[in-house]
Amino acid sequence: MLFGALFATTALVVAGCGGADDSTGGSDASSASSSSGGSSTTLSLVAYSTPEVVYDEIIPDFQKTEAGKGVKFKSSYGASGEQSRAVEAGLKADVVTLSLAPDVDRLVKSGQIAEDWASTPTKGFVTTSLVSFVVRKGNPKGIKGWDDLLKPGVKVVTPNPFTSGAAKWNLLGAYAHGGLKYLKTLINDHISVQPKSGREALQTFTGGEGDVLISYEYEYTTAVKKGEKGLELVRPDDTFLIQNPIAVLKSAPPAAKAFVDYVLSEPGQKRFAEWGYRPTNQAVLDANKSQFPDPGKLTTIDDLGGWSKVNDELFDADKGAVTKIEEDAGVSTSK
Amino acid sequence: MRTDRKTRWGLRLVALLYLALLLLIPVGVVLYRTFEPGIGAVWDSVTTPAAVHAFQLTLTATVITVPLVTVFGVLLALVLARGRFPGKPLLEAVVDLPFAISPVVVGIALIFVYGRTGWFGQDLADAGIQVIFSLPGIVIATVFVCLPFVAREVTPVLREVGDEQEQAAATLGASGWQTFWRITLPAIRWGVAYGVVLSTARAVGEFGAVSVVSGKIAGETETLTLLVEKRFNNFDLAGAYAASALLALIALVTLMAMTLIKPRREEA
Amino acid sequence: MSASGLTLPRPFRRGRASRAPVAGGAGGLGLGISVLWLSLIVLLPLAAVVAKSLDGGLDTFWHAVSNRQSVAALRFTMEVSVVVAIVNAVMGTLVAWVLVRDEFPGKRVVNALIDLPFALPTIVAGIVLLALYGHDSPVGIDIAFTQTAVAVALLFVTLPFVIRSVQPVLIELDKEMEEASASLGAGSFTTFRRIILPNLTPAILSGAALAFARAVGEFGSVVLISGNKPFDTQVAPVFVYKQIESDNPIGAAAVSVILLLLSLIVLIGIRYFERWGSRHED
Repeated sequence: MLFGALFATTALVVAGCGGADDSTGGSDASSASSSSGGSSTTLSLVAYSTPEVVYDEIIPDFQKTEAGKGVKFKSSYGASGEQSRAVEAGLKADVVTLSLAPDVDRLVKSGQIAEDWASTPTKGFVTTSLVSFVVRKGNPKGIKGWDDLLKPGVKVVTPNPFTSGAAKWNLLGAYAHGGLKYLKTLINDHISVQPKSGREALQTFTGGEGDVLISYEYEYTTAVKKGEKGLELVRPDDTFLIQNPIAVLKSAPPAAKAFVDYVLSEPGQKRFAEWGYRPTNQAVLDANKSQFPDPGKLTTIDDLGGWSKVNDELFDADKGAVTKIEEDAGVSTSK
Repeated sequence: MRTDRKTRWGLRLVALLYLALLLLIPVGVVLYRTFEPGIGAVWDSVTTPAAVHAFQLTLTATVITVPLVTVFGVLLALVLARGRFPGKPLLEAVVDLPFAISPVVVGIALIFVYGRTGWFGQDLADAGIQVIFSLPGIVIATVFVCLPFVAREVTPVLREVGDEQEQAAATLGASGWQTFWRITLPAIRWGVAYGVVLSTARAVGEFGAVSVVSGKIAGETETLTLLVEKRFNNFDLAGAYAASALLALIALVTLMAMTLIKPRREEA
Repeated sequence: MSASGLTLPRPFRRGRASRAPVAGGAGGLGLGISVLWLSLIVLLPLAAVVAKSLDGGLDTFWHAVSNRQSVAALRFTMEVSVVVAIVNAVMGTLVAWVLVRDEFPGKRVVNALIDLPFALPTIVAGIVLLALYGHDSPVGIDIAFTQTAVAVALLFVTLPFVIRSVQPVLIELDKEMEEASASLGAGSFTTFRRIILPNLTPAILSGAALAFARAVGEFGSVVLISGNKPFDTQVAPVFVYKQIESDNPIGAAAVSVILLLLSLIVLIGIRYFERWGSRHED
């Protein structure tokens, strides 16, 4: 058909002058990969969406080192759960880095990652962060800690923990502070909307909804570094430790391990620090104490008994406590 | 039909108000936000290697998808408008189904069939064919969601124009193909044209299903819509708008091309 | 294309199936190929979803679809989609009429823009709608995070359907009968109601069916402006997504199957309604 010919021609023309490099070191911001002689390995990195800005810098850095010479990269970024399921469904991956450990455990269950992936000096984690609050510039509602969220009239925005696994961190922070009683009041009386993802939650917040956004420390830093204005960060005294895992797949070439080693080394961790991620490398963390003040009381997922226990008790789609709270809240609003 | 001035203006006002709220103002906002940083910034934004590749990928998938669904859409329309068999409403409803399925479900359905642990997963892996997380998967997902368009656009037109001319041609000795090419096709030109336009717009704008089956490999399986989302996630709203403008452009160009194919009509 | 010399009014001719195999061999072969094509592309993945939904047995299936959240989401989705289909049927016809029969400066531009809601990625649609009709609305309309917002978002993405469905038919419409009716003294509204509308009805219903089906499955553009409040503004596709994210693909498949069945019923209903209508005319 005429139409088909029209488009086919356009496509060819664009193909002729476009000439995009297929395996670049990342997406938009990165420079092209170096390919100086030697064996040519290609590493497939499958990651959750937020650290893309960091890997856009780390990958070229790595390619300049001895271990990284000639290594080409293919990278994929997306929501943590979706990426994990994609690898499970056959998306080629050599290194995965995701938002929370259960997304890696899914791949252990499918036999693609070794069971002992977390037996590393950093327990399998590449970076950590803290559950924090984002408020409007000037902090008009005077939010300092979790209890302030329950002040009358305060509207809280947090992503839905069932559409975004990563959003569970936020509610765990609330849970660690005041248990189910706190969660119940928070969800029933103060959470106005539950956007699908962390990024959409920030968009909703900057669009004018809510007084407080529950988020991660690094999301705030990255957002501000990328030009978001009118925001302020509040670190509550007691909060929850977010831990982001990184793992190598069983089928990966040796270069994958070398890459992960680089990511965990000082130069790699420095890049993370610049974007607001707390390094697991102690030296780099210590060097950036001003940016990463010590939290007061810190709860970790292990303190709560591990992800399996937490997912069962709190987030199970049928019997979870959070599910029940949402249902009870919904009965009054459903028609 | 002569409508009096009052009615004409009334209709025009209501229509334009509706369109203003639902179309013109939102599109205006998108355009404004797109070009706010200036033409230069927009140009830079759409000529990065990632954007160019995404554009090519989207076009390729569209160029494969649209002719396919057009041909079979016309075929389906002929069957639906001219055919006579029991259960026709059921077939019509099934043709509409691809839409009612949320894009998310389309994606996972395709993975159930073609994924690593899916029905054909092992066979495909053994044969070394990559369907999911590569171009074929993207095309299948796009064809799935575009399937109903041409059929649904052409069927009412076929019914409207009736088949007397075709029957006349048949009695005069024209073959089926001749009848189709010279009588039927010109009659359904506008239906096909709008069907193609809608299919193209949907194909380039498809996000949900492609998002699940593409794997989002930068520079490889990242379509323009996926690039828009990636830029949104990276706080590059201006870049997201710029890429969206490209998509809008493709849709506009298609409409322009289609409306240029004006039939030479003999007025009654 | 000129009308034949027959003087029978249109509705009498419509709906009569051809007796001879005409038009490119549609008939047995055409039906066969269409069915094969449909099977491969559409039915296979659908079958996979149905199979998955029954993976855990009928109890699991029933449990997945009968819990309160799922019922609320399904109900809201169906209701809002029906409303959107009806609004589209009315307004879409009106707009198509104005675009085909009326002339005003800028008409071609407006006509060109009709398809844009489709081509825009859902996230951009979501952001723009939230900006326009949310808390910071420049036009003073704030419906963010309400059920109305969901309807508006759906109206936005389904805008082209009825319009583009009715336009081709309007363009091809034979003016003879309208002129005959007018010369016989019928007022414009009567002419519209009894001559034009019956001819447009298949196209309107076709477009409305498409709009309904799209509304039922829509996800991306709705989520942001809806606020995703469970039991309130959460649509079924988002609920399905939640099941997938919670490692419950069986539950996701089950709810999808129900959604499909419900949609199938409405779609078949629309078709039968059309046939009843055309038979009524005869």
